[in-house]
Amino acid sequence: MQRTTMDLWVGLFVVTGIVALMILSLKVGNLNVYNPSQSYTIIGNFENIGGLKVRAPVKSAGVVVGRVTDIQFSTETYDAVVTLSMDSRFSFPKDTFASILTSGLLGEQYIGLAAGGDEAKLQHGDKLMKTNSAMVLEELIGRFLFNKASEDDSL
Amino acid sequence: MASENLIDIKDLNFSYDTRAILKGINMTMQRGKVIAIMGGSGSGKTTLLRLIGGTLQPSSGYVKFAGQVVHELNRDALFALRRKMGMLFQFGALFTDLSVFDNVAFQMREHTDLPESMIRDLVLMKLHAVGLRGAHRLMPNELSGGMARRVALARSIALDPMLIMYDEPFTGLDPISLSVIGNLIRRLTDALGMTSIVVTHDVQESLKIVDYVYFIADGVIAAEGTPQQVRASVAPFVHQFVHGEEDGPVPFHYPAKQYRSDLNLEDPVV
Amino acid sequence: MFKHIVSGIQNIGHRVIESVWRLGVAARFFLLVLLKSSTSLRRFGLVVRELYFTGVLSLIIIVVSGLFVGMVLGLQGYETLQKYGSESAVGTLVALSLVRELGPVVAALLFASRAGSAITAEIGLMKATEQLAAMGMMAVDPIARVVAPRFWAGVISMPFLAAIFSVMGVFGGYLVTVVFIGVDEGSYWSQMQSAVDFRFDIVNGFIKSCFFGVAVTSIAVFEGYDAPPTAEGVSGATTRTVVTSSLVILGLDFILTAFMFRGVS
Repeated sequence: MQRTTMDLWVGLFVVTGIVALMILSLKVGNLNVYNPSQSYTIIGNFENIGGLKVRAPVKSAGVVVGRVTDIQFSTETYDAVVTLSMDSRFSFPKDTFASILTSGLLGEQYIGLAAGGDEAKLQHGDKLMKTNSAMVLEELIGRFLFNKASEDDSL
Repeated sequence: MASENLIDIKDLNFSYDTRAILKGINMTMQRGKVIAIMGGSGSGKTTLLRLIGGTLQPSSGYVKFAGQVVHELNRDALFALRRKMGMLFQFGALFTDLSVFDNVAFQMREHTDLPESMIRDLVLMKLHAVGLRGAHRLMPNELSGGMARRVALARSIALDPMLIMYDEPFTGLDPISLSVIGNLIRRLTDALGMTSIVVTHDVQESLKIVDYVYFIADGVIAAEGTPQQVRASVAPFVHQFVHGEEDGPVPFHYPAKQYRSDLNLEDPVV
Repeated sequence: MFKHIVSGIQNIGHRVIESVWRLGVAARFFLLVLLKSSTSLRRFGLVVRELYFTGVLSLIIIVVSGLFVGMVLGLQGYETLQKYGSESAVGTLVALSLVRELGPVVAALLFASRAGSAITAEIGLMKATEQLAAMGMMAVDPIARVVAPRFWAGVISMPFLAAIFSVMGVFGGYLVTVVFIGVDEGSYWSQMQSAVDFRFDIVNGFIKSCFFGVAVTSIAVFEGYDAPPTAEGVSGATTRTVVTSSLVILGLDFILTAFMFRGVS
């Protein structure tokens, strides 16, 4: 088979394409941060998840340690059951506190984990004991107005 | 060997939908001969070539090539058969993305495992036979019409076929190229022991080189014979065709309504 | 009057039947191409040759358009986001729109008009000048020798072109927002990385571009092979390739998006 300059160009084209795919995976995406093959699952019940979505990050001290994989509504307790897939490199105490937070004023919502002091660690399938719901703007404003009103009354 | 028939055509009928193109054609073609099939435009000459090549299926009758009935063969056998045939298309049909050399080498590379050095020698031999060895580096768009047809001729003899079919080989050529192609057809047929079928309406050029002539008109064989017989023929159709007369058995007018009624010269029918 | 309406309805019915018929022929042709692809795999040189024409020669338009689309996205995104004080999210906006939608779709549209039309015109002209018939008479199957290599070259190059388009777009957005406007470089990349998911965004975008590649090239080779062997026939087929592929790309994009991203943000 004769080698031609055409072959060289095609080779360059294929290499460029593969490099582009790698840049997309590594630089634009976050393939290296989170690998779902090594993970364990924990569950948390939340009274109100606000705008939390599947695939939202789970962060502790600002570091992504897992992802939300499923959100269900429980007809027994009438609250939201959120399944978290956690990176198995990070283990957390049993009494870890989970709350739904917002990145920035209008950013996406994520689950923040604050580690507790328990000796025992969370295992696969465990349930988070302490959860804090998402802030809902209306509730926040309502509470603020109510406080203001009671302050005025006491004067 | 020389008297053996390469092609037998028996009661061949062919029609597109309901339109009959060929009606009961009988022909025999001997090995080593140049046979011309003549007829006006649209008389079914090219259809006949396609039936011999097996790209069309006859409605009834058969074409027998070297003892095999063409339309009864399966795909593989048909492709094996076509390797024994060459075909020169009207304007050469060279592969425009390949050079002259690669065009001639095309079949050798597709069908044989010959080493590249041998293919090179063979290609140059074929090109030498048509006088274009020096042009092997050119691309088809750099060739004149006559040269392109000579290259196509070299390509069709690449695998030394038993039969070559020429579809209107003389169309659109200047007188010099025309006689070059004509002489090449004759010379190659004799030198390689092939059989040639020339479909043409160029009477004068083809009568110089062929051994036998069939005239086709309206899907039937109107006349046949050797060139001498044809020239001497007094049959009205042959006479009109050979001498290029305007009117005769082949009418000048396409079948139409009465001239007067077409021009509304008669009372309109209410 | 009544006669006009009847003939109009007849006309429409005739056209519908004709289109369905053609679709059937196209489907059969598509299967035929797949069945006869073994030659392309055995003689990969044929595909490499076509990769040059469909892939390499489409690179310039893909790179340049990708860069500009990314720059425009960056500029528009910045203008809008800065009203809410979240201009650092511009990287997310640029990357997500490119990787999920614009990369595969715009690259496929460009590919259809650059390479698809060329494939149709080339095959159509080969048919019009009897090259395909000549090949058949030489006992070489034109579908295996001419159509299949072009089909596979198109299918292979499409995902690469889409990826290159997206990367150029992300780079274009970076140029405008970070280098010219002065958005923080760290937040451009980090916001992008935290929002773009490998499995959901990049793999889905890749799958989309594969579908588009198959759609555009099969339309292009079919239109070429089916073109009436005249100058008008070939030019009409070339136009149809671009129009049909563009519509199919957009329709297919909607269907694929609905399948891939439904229920997730």
